[in-house]
Amino acid sequence: MALLSFERKYRVRGGTLIGGDLFDFWVGPFYVGFFGVTTLFFATLGTALIFYGAALGDTWNPWLISIDPPDISYGLALAPLKEGGLWQIITICATGAFVSWALREVEICRKLGIGYHVPIAFGVAIFAYVTLVIIRPFLMGAWGHGFPYGIMTHLDWVSNVGYQYGNFHYNPAHMVAITFFFTTTLALALHGGAILSATNPGGDEEVKTPEHENTFFRDFMGYSIGTLGIHRLGLFLALNAGFWSAVCIVISGPFYEGSWIEWWNWWRNIPIWN
Amino acid sequence: MADYQNILTQVQVRGHYDPGVELPAGDWSRDHIKKFSHFLGRIGDAQIGPVYLGFTGVASLLCGITAIEIIGLNMWASVGWDPLKFIGLLPWLSLDAPLPEHGLSVLPPLDEGGWWLIAGFFLTASIILWWIRSYRRAIQLKMGTHVCWAFAAAIWLYLVVGFIRPIMMGSWSEAVPFGIFSHLDWTNNFSLIYGNLFYNPFHMLSIVFLYGSVLLFAMHGATILAVGRYGGEREIEQIVDRGTASERAALFWRWTMGFNASMESIHRWAWWFAILCPITGGIGILLTGTVVDNWFLWGAENGFARF
Repeated sequence: MALLSFERKYRVRGGTLIGGDLFDFWVGPFYVGFFGVTTLFFATLGTALIFYGAALGDTWNPWLISIDPPDISYGLALAPLKEGGLWQIITICATGAFVSWALREVEICRKLGIGYHVPIAFGVAIFAYVTLVIIRPFLMGAWGHGFPYGIMTHLDWVSNVGYQYGNFHYNPAHMVAITFFFTTTLALALHGGAILSATNPGGDEEVKTPEHENTFFRDFMGYSIGTLGIHRLGLFLALNAGFWSAVCIVISGPFYEGSWIEWWNWWRNIPIWN
Repeated sequence: MADYQNILTQVQVRGHYDPGVELPAGDWSRDHIKKFSHFLGRIGDAQIGPVYLGFTGVASLLCGITAIEIIGLNMWASVGWDPLKFIGLLPWLSLDAPLPEHGLSVLPPLDEGGWWLIAGFFLTASIILWWIRSYRRAIQLKMGTHVCWAFAAAIWLYLVVGFIRPIMMGSWSEAVPFGIFSHLDWTNNFSLIYGNLFYNPFHMLSIVFLYGSVLLFAMHGATILAVGRYGGEREIEQIVDRGTASERAALFWRWTMGFNASMESIHRWAWWFAILCPITGGIGILLTGTVVDNWFLWGAENGFARF
């Protein structure tokens, strides 16, 4: 029932990293595998703890529910459940679920005989998350430096931490990250638009070819990166957006504590123009 | 993992220079740049050019150069025409919008915002001419105009911050300055003045579409590279005549998250996510100061912010 018309011939055994044939099956459209089981375990436990934390809080307004990290005074120790311990276990569950999900993707790649690009890309996103809630708090000596799990509270955290370092827009790695975010979105619009405009030319016009895509971009801006290149470029831009986001926050605190506005004085004071 | 993973082109086969699809009667001819770049060939197509200039292209470039000249010369003048200071202090230099007392005056004194208005006029003319060009180039090649409308979405945000909102607020001084740090300061202060832009729901949506676009391109780019060994990058062919690359790509996501796009629909997801980022962002900016003065208080009134 959950099978696509062409799906049956692809549902072969093998490709698992661990567990042999034990978990090598599907539930509906989902592949399970050993890491599907671990994903389910971590995700269920983590979600249940979030609900428990919400029940301990004073609101069920989904915008305002928040699971806060421990107070700074707990340092790198385990905190009591109701004072940040929940946040600590939920962080472990989230990391466990994300890593399990990536490994499950690896198993699916092996089963389908395709490259590992997606799980590696997802690994960069996991790295950015781990940087925020594990690496940076560890380097700063307190789990309290992680961000709270709540819709509005995590926005407040971003805002407050940004102003602790003067003005985060002046953080050079933040500049690089934002540039990659914007450029990725621009490139995505151009790529999506190119494919749609070639396959949907309107009226009775015939579907166009990659030669037309190349010609359009060469006419339009002098260069067409081509059908394979655009996917390399898109992946490169997207992964850099995530990577530099992690860099821009991990240098704030562990490696630089001042104002990012003043950080630029070294440039202003270069003797050539000062 | 020692297998070839499709990250860089290892063997470059260089065919004849591709002059492009034939242009219809009435168009200008393309230029005669005929270059190949080995470095570009490592990641994508090695061929550079030919470019089609055309009337709107030439006019757009002239307007764009004029705008950049005005901005650059104003910055240079602001450091007493010292070339070293111009380079060294460039990140701090700025051509600011008109002073508040000039309101919507069409031409305030040049050094109190007049140059900003003239530069903005030429920059806007350049962008709109380039937009016309994006439409014309697609039509002349008998293609759809999806790229052109995506570009229009970005122009919407540009016009909101520099033209529409200042008019609604009754002062050009509301607009964004031309400068590296100065436009970042404008962004920062805009959030502070209007009570934290993170509480603006359209800002939330814009960020969701920005991050969503990056997520989608990572997913899509990685998927196509992963099925590159089956010819997955030949997307148009895969759309009209599905092959094993499309099937494996679709099944990867179906088995991972229970849902998959098709080779065509992933590009619709991509296009909509990318254009909704500036569209929702522009709505959020336009409502700020005109309809809502303080987003935090607005959030408190509507039950999602608390003191």
